[in-house]
Amino acid sequence: MSLPPAAAEPPGGAVPTGDGNGGGVVGRVPARRGGRAMFRGEWVIEFLIRLCGWSSIICVAAIFYFIIQEAAPVLPTMDWGEFFGSVIWRPTSAVPRYGALALIVGNLAVAIVAMAMAVPLGLGAAVYISEFAGPRVRETMKIAIEVLAAVPSIVWGFIGLTIISPLLIRYAGAELGGNLLNGAVILALMSVPLIVSISEDALRAVPDSYREAAMALGANKWEMVRRVLFPAARNGLLAACMLGVGRAVGETMAVLLATGNVVQIPHSFVDPIKTLTATIAAEMGEATPGQPHYQVLFLIGILLLVITCAINVIADFIIKGAKAKANA
Amino acid sequence: MNSSISIDVRDFNLWYGDFQALHHVSVEIKPGIITSLIGPSGCGKTTLLRSFNRINERYGNVRTTGRITILGKNILDEDVSVASLRKRTGMVFQRPNPLPISVYENVIFGIKSHTPSSQLGRRVLDEAVETALREVSLWEDVKDRLKSRATELTLEQQQKLCIARLLPLKPDIILMDEPCSALDAAGIERIEELIGELKRTFTIVMVTHNMAQARRASDECIFMLMGEIIEHSATVELFGSPKHEKTGMYIEGRYG
Repeated sequence: MSLPPAAAEPPGGAVPTGDGNGGGVVGRVPARRGGRAMFRGEWVIEFLIRLCGWSSIICVAAIFYFIIQEAAPVLPTMDWGEFFGSVIWRPTSAVPRYGALALIVGNLAVAIVAMAMAVPLGLGAAVYISEFAGPRVRETMKIAIEVLAAVPSIVWGFIGLTIISPLLIRYAGAELGGNLLNGAVILALMSVPLIVSISEDALRAVPDSYREAAMALGANKWEMVRRVLFPAARNGLLAACMLGVGRAVGETMAVLLATGNVVQIPHSFVDPIKTLTATIAAEMGEATPGQPHYQVLFLIGILLLVITCAINVIADFIIKGAKAKANA
Repeated sequence: MNSSISIDVRDFNLWYGDFQALHHVSVEIKPGIITSLIGPSGCGKTTLLRSFNRINERYGNVRTTGRITILGKNILDEDVSVASLRKRTGMVFQRPNPLPISVYENVIFGIKSHTPSSQLGRRVLDEAVETALREVSLWEDVKDRLKSRATELTLEQQQKLCIARLLPLKPDIILMDEPCSALDAAGIERIEELIGELKRTFTIVMVTHNMAQARRASDECIFMLMGEIIEHSATVELFGSPKHEKTGMYIEGRYG
């Protein structure tokens, strides 16, 4: 009798329950034999692991503490109306003026313009890599994106300075090569790899059964992406975009080189601007510790921290809100 | 073409890469009855089922020869629209797979893909949802939760929803890949009952591992082994007096 090999199907319940119980008892014995030493070792490990977990909170608290400490002396005498309302930033003149409005607007503007470019590009690339590309193309692209993510920010700044500047002067009518658009393009290019890799993970994590369900209903691939994958991967995609925003707001070196560093509120995409981050980087070296200028730079640091924290909290609320709505 | 045949398979071969999964399959599946595909794991029954709506092709390394004629058209022809083929041949999967959107959106997912949105007023959609859910006797359970996420329903409700979302497309054929294997006994009974009602309107082809289910729920059975069809006959006959020795051994539980 020639029975087919297919007959070797695994039997129904793989492990008989009797064995399962026996295994449990046997498994417990070595732990008892280990005695006190084992117990103490475990305590140490548990303590270390707990420390690792808490270290994140400790770090955040410490960062806030030290930055606030540096900025503290200037806080009581600070003219807040000027800080948030004036565009005059003259920290080194005889009568120093600390109006940060243009810096705040410049920082946010360059981040927003960068995201307007990076989010569609990044999501599109992620969708292509996860849903349309063949295995070989996918692997090649993922490597390229990892390389892109590893380019140091100073190199990006250099690219902005030497490659994008002349292009903007020639084709976008910019007077100076260093401007808002240049910084935004560089920031977009820097955020895209981050957005792509996290979005791609989120899309790949969507169970394949959803794709089959949509396709079996006759949906084409684009419909499947739009109506099934995006809702299913929403939280991951949002997280990817928020990390991109965080990077765009906090990036320093590249914008220092690419934005032109003129303290003004931009009126067009090709106006030069200066960001909060670039201001700290450019001026910290010449500011004297303990002097108001130095302390105001730390105040700007606090402001940056608050902005990025706010972005994270808002993202959290959006994600929770979306969840609550989905569960309603 | 014979109108008493719903799916007509002629000398159909299928390869995954170099591996030939189906060998010279020829079979005629009749409308208005339930046909079960049975056989041990790896015999090709799911592959055959998944060839009827060409969803196998998404793996990319699939090659076929032969013909599969559904409603007078060879679905393997170049000019066949896969979207409209899938509209006519709905599929229910082994594991209930409602989409991670609301119950309501699940039911209308298909018509939204196949109908221009100008023809889909609120009223049309509401009516389609209610009709479909009533037909699978799910309406009473979920009518107050149409906006909640479909993945929160019980498995049995999810599977009913997966059947319901095919109905607004008015398919001719429903393909089922072990539709009850994720359910408990009570769920199995109710889904089988539902399938029994659906056969009046649709051609139903069902893959099952469960001999007892094939026996009680289907009208005809196709027994497959190693990518070939060994026997195709009325369920009563196949289980009562199998023509082929291997069929007999399989249904007696001697292997598989």
